[in-house]
Amino acid sequence: MPRRTITIDGNEAAARSAYRLNEVISIYPITPSSPMGEESDEWAARHEPNIWGSVPTVVEMQSEGGASGACHGALQKGALTTTFTASQGLLLMIPNMFKIAGELTPTVFHIAARTVATHALSIFGDHSDVMAARSTGWGMLFSGSVQEVHDMAAIATAASLESRIPFLHAFDGFRTSHEVSKIELIEDDELRRLIDEQAVSAHRRRGLDPDSPCIRGTAQNPDVFFQAREACNPYYAACPGIVARVMKRFAEITGREYHLFDYVGHPEAERVVVLMGSGIETAHETVEYLAGRGERVGLLKVRLYRPWSAEDFLAALPKTVRTLAVLDRTKEPGAAGEPLYQDIAATMLEALETGAFESDRAPRVIGGRYGLSSKEFTPAMVKAVLDEAGRDQPRRHFTVGIVDDVSRTSLEVDPDFRVPVEGVVQALFYGLGADGTVGANKNSIKIIGEETDNYAQGYFVYDSKKAGAMTVSHLRFGPRPIRSTYLLDQANFVACHQEVFLELYDMLEKAAPGGVFLLNSTKSPDEVWDSLPRMHQQRIVEKKLRFHVIDAYKVAREAGMGRRINTVMQTCFFAISGVLPRDEAIAKIKQAIKKTYGMKGEAIVRQNFAAVDAALDNLHEVTVPDRVTSDRPLRPPVPENAPEFVREVTARIIEGKGDLLPVSAMPADGTFPSGTTRYEKRNIALEIPIWDPEVCIQCGKCVLICPHAAIRQKVYDPALLDKAPQGFRSVDARGKEFAGLAYTLQVAPEDCTGCALCVHFCPAKNRQEPRFKAINMEPQPAHREVERAAYDFFLSLPEYDRTKLKLTTVKGSQFIEPLFEYSGACAGCGETPYVKLVSQLFGDRAVIANATGCSSIYGGNLPTTPWTVDRDGRGPAWSNSLFEDNAEFGLGFRLTIDQLHDYAVGLCRRLADRIGQQLVDEIVSARQTTDAEIREQRRRVAALREKLAAIDDPDAARLADVANYLVRRSVWIIGGDGWAYDIGFGGLDHVLASGRDVNILVLDTEVYSNTGGQMSKASPLAAVSKFAASGKPTEKKDLGMMAMAYPDVYVAQVAMGANDVQTVKAFVEAEAHRGPSLIIAYSHCIAHGIDMSRATDLQKLAVETGEWILYRRDPARRGQGKSPLQLDCREPSRPLSDYMERETRFRMLFEADPERAKMLAELAQRAVRERWARYRHLASMDQQ
Amino acid sequence: MDLSTSYMGLRLRSPLVPSASPLSDSVDAIRELEDAGASAVVLYSLFEEQIRFEELELHHYMEYGAESFAEALSFFPQPEEFRKGPEEYLEHIRRAKEAVDIPVIASLNAARAGSWMEFAREFERAGADALELNVYFLPTDIEEPVREIEKTYTDIVREVTGSVEIPVAVKMHPFFTSIAHMAHDLERAGARGLALFNRFYQPDIDPENLEVFPNLKLSSPYESLLALRWIAILHGRVGCDLAATGGIHHGRDAIKLLMAGATVTHVCSALLKYGVGHLKRIEEEIATWLGENEYSELSRIIGVMSQKSCPDPKAFERANYIRTLQSYS
Repeated sequence: MPRRTITIDGNEAAARSAYRLNEVISIYPITPSSPMGEESDEWAARHEPNIWGSVPTVVEMQSEGGASGACHGALQKGALTTTFTASQGLLLMIPNMFKIAGELTPTVFHIAARTVATHALSIFGDHSDVMAARSTGWGMLFSGSVQEVHDMAAIATAASLESRIPFLHAFDGFRTSHEVSKIELIEDDELRRLIDEQAVSAHRRRGLDPDSPCIRGTAQNPDVFFQAREACNPYYAACPGIVARVMKRFAEITGREYHLFDYVGHPEAERVVVLMGSGIETAHETVEYLAGRGERVGLLKVRLYRPWSAEDFLAALPKTVRTLAVLDRTKEPGAAGEPLYQDIAATMLEALETGAFESDRAPRVIGGRYGLSSKEFTPAMVKAVLDEAGRDQPRRHFTVGIVDDVSRTSLEVDPDFRVPVEGVVQALFYGLGADGTVGANKNSIKIIGEETDNYAQGYFVYDSKKAGAMTVSHLRFGPRPIRSTYLLDQANFVACHQEVFLELYDMLEKAAPGGVFLLNSTKSPDEVWDSLPRMHQQRIVEKKLRFHVIDAYKVAREAGMGRRINTVMQTCFFAISGVLPRDEAIAKIKQAIKKTYGMKGEAIVRQNFAAVDAALDNLHEVTVPDRVTSDRPLRPPVPENAPEFVREVTARIIEGKGDLLPVSAMPADGTFPSGTTRYEKRNIALEIPIWDPEVCIQCGKCVLICPHAAIRQKVYDPALLDKAPQGFRSVDARGKEFAGLAYTLQVAPEDCTGCALCVHFCPAKNRQEPRFKAINMEPQPAHREVERAAYDFFLSLPEYDRTKLKLTTVKGSQFIEPLFEYSGACAGCGETPYVKLVSQLFGDRAVIANATGCSSIYGGNLPTTPWTVDRDGRGPAWSNSLFEDNAEFGLGFRLTIDQLHDYAVGLCRRLADRIGQQLVDEIVSARQTTDAEIREQRRRVAALREKLAAIDDPDAARLADVANYLVRRSVWIIGGDGWAYDIGFGGLDHVLASGRDVNILVLDTEVYSNTGGQMSKASPLAAVSKFAASGKPTEKKDLGMMAMAYPDVYVAQVAMGANDVQTVKAFVEAEAHRGPSLIIAYSHCIAHGIDMSRATDLQKLAVETGEWILYRRDPARRGQGKSPLQLDCREPSRPLSDYMERETRFRMLFEADPERAKMLAELAQRAVRERWARYRHLASMDQQ
Repeated sequence: MDLSTSYMGLRLRSPLVPSASPLSDSVDAIRELEDAGASAVVLYSLFEEQIRFEELELHHYMEYGAESFAEALSFFPQPEEFRKGPEEYLEHIRRAKEAVDIPVIASLNAARAGSWMEFAREFERAGADALELNVYFLPTDIEEPVREIEKTYTDIVREVTGSVEIPVAVKMHPFFTSIAHMAHDLERAGARGLALFNRFYQPDIDPENLEVFPNLKLSSPYESLLALRWIAILHGRVGCDLAATGGIHHGRDAIKLLMAGATVTHVCSALLKYGVGHLKRIEEEIATWLGENEYSELSRIIGVMSQKSCPDPKAFERANYIRTLQSYS
């Protein structure tokens, strides 16, 4: 009987085995491993059993440290236990891992191996995390493909149970964890045959049990610890043999054969490349090809890395080998070599001494690094390594895949070398995140993988921006298993799902001659040719591509699908790619639609069917002229006037050519210039707000709420309008304080994301035609040129003197230039308006510690970053340390600032006679509470510097180094609720208790947004999220109330969309407070499942229903005889259901499980009442 | 006093039937209605269009932002199954039938496109004793001819009545050019009952904030006069049973509509306003009135003041509002 196949990604492949072989699963979300936990949670929610018939308990913890602790506990009680993690998560587990191994406890942690943050964070894959855990004493088994992940997950579990050695099962993050591939499933019965029940029973018996008590986890002393530590050696010695036996058993059961080391290639190979992880697939493909041409090359795949078995390693090597090229997907600066290299070098040395080789010369070992942070690893690179191994004097240490023009480590790679891939259809799709391209392609892979005999592979490259994100899908289909674990370098089919990409990317570069190009365009088949930039026309003509066009937006719109063109484009792909016979393909698409959407309702199915039919009717082949007619070039990635670094480095990354940048282009320590988003004109908005000066009341609300700083206001001298470009609009400024000045509200047309939050938040209606407001969304292309010139002119206008503005008002604060602009946050983001407000009010003296999460990604992800500087070159100094330590990291800023401030004051006093006593006194006693006072202090410090330059004293030089600390700094500690409520809470609590002057801003989206919507302790009762699929049964943690337990902490809870005046006041008060401040800011989020353009309505509803209470608790008020806690909202006036029914996170439970939804809704309403009563009581009690 | 009546072949112990409203959104509430004397119950309406919209909307927001960013390829867990609107409603019918002895009339509200027949059949299978169709759409296309609009109504009714065995009533709105003709056409299309008249949300304007907002107020007894006129005119001219709906707050309101020719009087606003127990009061008022006015049973008053039987038939056709207003003064 043929084996059952399934088309899934690596994460699911691991989770399917792990879920069936465990009883307790304790996890914490971290990219790229999160889906393993999420899938397990969904299966548990559906009561799917493991192979023993029980439903595993899946529990989300507050951190990976917590997850590993819970694992340790569960294991100690005898449950079969697992977890899934990556990168920093694995590092947090290391303390428990030492314990688990030290106690010889069988378990498997499945690792989607990811880069550990060093000079930068990276979510992508390499082995730096797994290698950091080498000393824990865990077994390590590596998988190289989705099939292997599924298999090794089971093998590792069986081997761990029998050997009592805990195992890390590692596979490459993203490349394998997110690759979709067709694999053979292990059936439950086969798993039962694989697992040794006696080993399970033995594990149970070792569990702590008061009926037969023992003690484990003792403290030991110098007399016995060492001996006790050595007592485990026999277990490690036996382990490789056990793994080999399990692999043999596995092969007998499934027919898929693995060994501790697998050799592929020429039987008498002289050059052998050794590596582990997904690279083995590419190396396999390459070595097979080269060996087939007679080259004496081979590949040794390392599967069991720990315990290292030198004997098995040597046995697997051909005796003819002369050079071993060992590749490590990690970097250990300062080491003699990377880990695998060192192990093999030591093995060779020992082997030589023990006479394992016939000659007196062991093979030469060279070591190289490759593939850090998912850097491409291609057949050409494998060949380059093997070529190097064949040289007389190969480099002992090298890198491959980059150009290292600094240390000269890199190998030359032949750009034209390819392994021929006969019979494989390769398809490349350029889509927009929001248009559903990736989802459609995953669906296509499933159709081909599961409905035909073909193998299928899909890999998806995502953007670093969240709004207007481009996705590139790489699909392969063929009659044989696909080993190509690298991106397509040539495609028979290229689809461009977004017209706007045409002017930015050379997307036909990889089109194969005679291939097919499909374009979604609003242009008709007759017009489309002339609309193409010259480069694309050239490629189409030269490569003789068949060119098809469809107006997918029109088809989708008419089918009622809005801008989701997924089904339309998928249909076109099947219709013209020739992967399947057309009619068969269409029938299968419809089957897939029914399967995918059937459970969500007939309407969605019907809608998609209509889209399929309409797609075929609207797909046209374009008659390609035999010559190029366009002279339009691609749009340059950055303007010509951008700074050199941006032109030379940033621009390359923007245009997708970052791989070509050499080492010398990169800062050595991760330090990058601020303010680069302004050079990346993304033009992603379909519509932008256009100002109507007649209606505008100049309130500044739109400026405040704009998540991208793409709408701004200024007052200025009207005389400056002489140089205004045509189309620049201006009116008399309103308000006595601006008498005689002109006012302009201006959109940044190329930076706006078109979210429309500003329009919805605008309070001014056109009283003649109330459907219009003071700003109205209009098509961007029609306004782009005029508004671009207007915006350039607007930026050239001088900034208004901030010392004359009333900063505690919305209007006043919004005349200040934002120093956080055009971030890559989602269109309509609820967090960034708060972040931008910090940058406006305090940015020129702010130091920001940013927890990992959404705000660190939109705040610090290359290619361009939004934190910027003012005209004086001042701006927020920003850094991200980790997820868990952000409060402590920010406190460190404060400690340094205070320390160096005091040091500077001391030096001032020491040098007072030469600086001048008066200046010193003024500097030392400056109040620095207002912008005017800070400006005055800056002037004094400038004067001080002048004086210091003339003083010949080492102290003067020292003072010059630290004089800036004499100007008040504003420390901001910013992060999301996952950090503040969960993983970083311990540190946050400690910092709140420190009494130090720090400002903590919690961007509370009530869910882990950045990793895709997992429950946090900030999640509200009744909300559905990942790990709370049936609605969160417990109340949101009241972080503000906890912080109020410290009497000296300023605490505010704000919601800008509900009360912007209170928000601005709270920020100003928090910063003015000379102790710890905590602001908890309601941040609507895409993960709530809401209409983002109307999110401010939801903020209002949250306050009106009492779901979110606005308050400020200011310790300073106590000194004034007032209640420290003041409530800034009225008693809830509407039922909570008014709010809940507007958000998918609540609503979907009413569709999935109405009775539970109702029950939780009632509990939530009661909780709201009780919370209000509590706060009201506290506010009134303090007044007495 | 015998208050029994019949409606579309259903024998009812009184003419008091709560109409489609939140009053029937739980089985306990339906039981309460029965205890208060309801002779049948029209369940709250299943809004076919709304279900479709909600399905699409939920799907949209669950998918929104997915597959865009490498770290967050989705934002929601995928429940194994959604309980779609009709399923919940069908379950409600089944449970209501188990819980009460009175006839249960399912109510379906839909615009022009929809899965009328499928829903109707499912209602019947779930045990509904009858079906009330609430066909309403707002024709705003100035090019669309009246005849086609009216035909849409009759087509829908024909499709539904042809696909189920249980009797079907149509809840009419009063905005047809000829109500009489429309009633006749609906009867020919298979309707066995006509409920006069449907009330709709009407938008209102907030003049200060320049906003339009939906508005629905509870009915007042005055509103029953429109139904009273048309019931009186239609009684005896169309073969189907007539139900009065809207503005029935007291026994006297019901008496008048029964005398005009209704066999059933739907109650809703009064119950929302005074509570379910008010039903009993209306029933007592009817019984008392009948006794005081020497009618031995309720069936004897049905249609006595219809246009056919009343002393001044022309009164129902007078449209001269000046005279009406004069008479008011």
